[in-house]
Amino acid sequence: MSNLFKIAIRNLKRYKRRTFLTAFLITLGVVFVLLFVSVTGSFKNMMIGQMTDSMLGHLQVHRKGYLASIENLPLNMNLRLQAYKKLEGILNQQPEIEAYSPRIKFGGMFSTFVETTNIRLNGIYPDRELKTVPLLPSRVTNGGGKPLEKGEIWIPELMAKSMKVNIGDTVVIIATNKDGSVNGKQFKVAGVLESITGPGGRDGYIHIEDAMEVLRMEEMEISEVAVRLKDFSRLRSFSSKLEGILSGELSKQGKPMFELHTWEKLSPFYNIARMIDLMAFFIKLMLIAVVLISIMNVMIMAVYERIREIGTIAAIGTLPGKILSLFVVEGFSLGLLGVIAGNILGLIIIAIVNLSNITFSFGRQTGLVLSAKVSPMDMLVISLIVIVISVVASLQPAFKASRMEPIKALRHV
Amino acid sequence: MRLVVAENITKIYSVVAAKVSKDYKVGEIAIRALNEVSFEIEPASFVSFVGPSGSGKTTLLNLIGCLDKPTEGKLEVAGTDVLHLDRKQSARFRGENIGFIFQDFNLIPVLTVYENIEYPLLMVQNVPGGERKKRIMTLLEAVGMADQKDKYPDQISGGQKQRVAIARALVTNPKLVLADEPTANLDHKTAFMVLEIMKKMRNEFQTTFVFSTHDQKIVGEAEIVYSLEDGEIVEKQIKGGTANE
Ligand SMILES: Nc1ncnc2c1ncn2[C@@H]1O[C@H](COP(=O)(O)OP(=O)(O)O)[C@@H](O)[C@H]1O
Ligand SMILES: [Mg+2]
Repeated sequence: MSNLFKIAIRNLKRYKRRTFLTAFLITLGVVFVLLFVSVTGSFKNMMIGQMTDSMLGHLQVHRKGYLASIENLPLNMNLRLQAYKKLEGILNQQPEIEAYSPRIKFGGMFSTFVETTNIRLNGIYPDRELKTVPLLPSRVTNGGGKPLEKGEIWIPELMAKSMKVNIGDTVVIIATNKDGSVNGKQFKVAGVLESITGPGGRDGYIHIEDAMEVLRMEEMEISEVAVRLKDFSRLRSFSSKLEGILSGELSKQGKPMFELHTWEKLSPFYNIARMIDLMAFFIKLMLIAVVLISIMNVMIMAVYERIREIGTIAAIGTLPGKILSLFVVEGFSLGLLGVIAGNILGLIIIAIVNLSNITFSFGRQTGLVLSAKVSPMDMLVISLIVIVISVVASLQPAFKASRMEPIKALRHV
Repeated sequence: MRLVVAENITKIYSVVAAKVSKDYKVGEIAIRALNEVSFEIEPASFVSFVGPSGSGKTTLLNLIGCLDKPTEGKLEVAGTDVLHLDRKQSARFRGENIGFIFQDFNLIPVLTVYENIEYPLLMVQNVPGGERKKRIMTLLEAVGMADQKDKYPDQISGGQKQRVAIARALVTNPKLVLADEPTANLDHKTAFMVLEIMKKMRNEFQTTFVFSTHDQKIVGEAEIVYSLEDGEIVEKQIKGGTANE
């Protein structure tokens, strides 16, 4: 085996310029893909983080059927206290969960005594909400960083502007409860929230006990439970585990009580994330094409140039399989050379990108710093792709070499 | 294995050819390159096929070397009927039994003199390290190339290349070494020197040497000379009386 490599590497050195150009092309391809994957991947992860950490949580549990009618925030679709207690019992037993936050969601009227408009509200336990969506305070543009108190309300930015409401103003929230009776309560505006895309992105926040009071709930009823995991990368496996547990909880009618949705099902940004993944996939396909064509090209040339050598080694008894491996090892080595150089150069360029503090905006958020982070897994996958394709690209020329008739090859000039 | 008993001596021939013919198909027509050629070559003999260009020397050596198959006739090489060997078996047979010396030397340009001689031991046979080194050094000494062993083919002369090629052909201890016009690309002095080395190798290792040439002047070096004309053997000469008709 080491002899195959020795001969392959000597042959690569024989055509230095060609080897350099081909390896350089592969290097560029690897660098480009690494850069693209890491920048878009970091962008994607940052956006997902914004979504999940400032509003959605990693996943949410509702009463079965709630999400389908979430636009209306139906109060009769809330989890009854007993059901919620059961859910709490389950969630408390999951070691993967970092925190969870129950919410009462409802729609009502927002009145400044001068003007009235519709508002969607979340009743929350401020401390639990903060543990579940830790970036929520960063959305509060002028609340002075104080946590939400009872009797206070955080209202969406657009509403504050159009209704000309300022921090410290008193407003009234009026809501109809599920029995149809109307109730109102005064609140002090304590914060203005930056809006973000997706359901709940233009909602206001009040304390959960205030929500119960407005809705005249005798027993607490919960619309949704947002859950944060300790390790976001385990979301998929954990959600299917929890889904399994929750689907075992049946109502008296024998129907499932709960439904579980990960952030992907809750946020339209998921489609953008998917697009980014798709683009990364196509970029990888292009890398494959570049490697395939360049290695195949070089190996076809190499076989053609060395027909007499092939004839010689075949004549003196080198078996076809050995001849095949000689050329495959050569293509492999060329690919490996490109991969090693590409990974090193890629890491250097990514480090430069990170040091140069490139900023960008996303939606209403500005000044986000672009931090390209390349995962070892990405590097491994990209390297493996290049190496496998290098071998595949050498196979056809190598096979041709191994099938040559020695006398014909020896006669070749 | 074909044994011929004569005067109580059992002889195993290196090559036995009986009415061997070879046709090349060129489009519709077949060109007869060899026509019913018969001969026997004894072990450790030093044999030459001589004839003008196109007389069938290369064709014949290719057949003996298992690089090609006769159209008709019987052919045994090193005691093996080579007519029915398939591609892979032929390759294996060549690797084990036959050494090749080429007109253009055909050394592998990316390997040093030493590595060229080592090549068949690594890539064709599987000879362990110590044994490998011993054999290569012995042959390097024998062909007088020991001091050049780390040079690459393009750093040595034609005569030196052919000496390396002789060492490469012998390193696997073949029963038979075939050389198709081994001196055609060498000047006269060098050509004679190469033939001298081949003969010396034959004496040392008792290997059968068969070479072809169109050069009447160097034919004298052979002990048995077959003259080829238009694909037929027209004469057999024995020099020094070591072989009989
Ligand atoms: N591959 C081939 N196809 C067709 N004809 C061939 C081929 N090889 C050799 N010949 C013909 O066979 C005859 C013998 O050729 P060759 O064995 O090469 O002779 P020599 O080596 O003595 O010059 C010549 O007429 C030549 O043209
Ligand atoms: Mg010839």
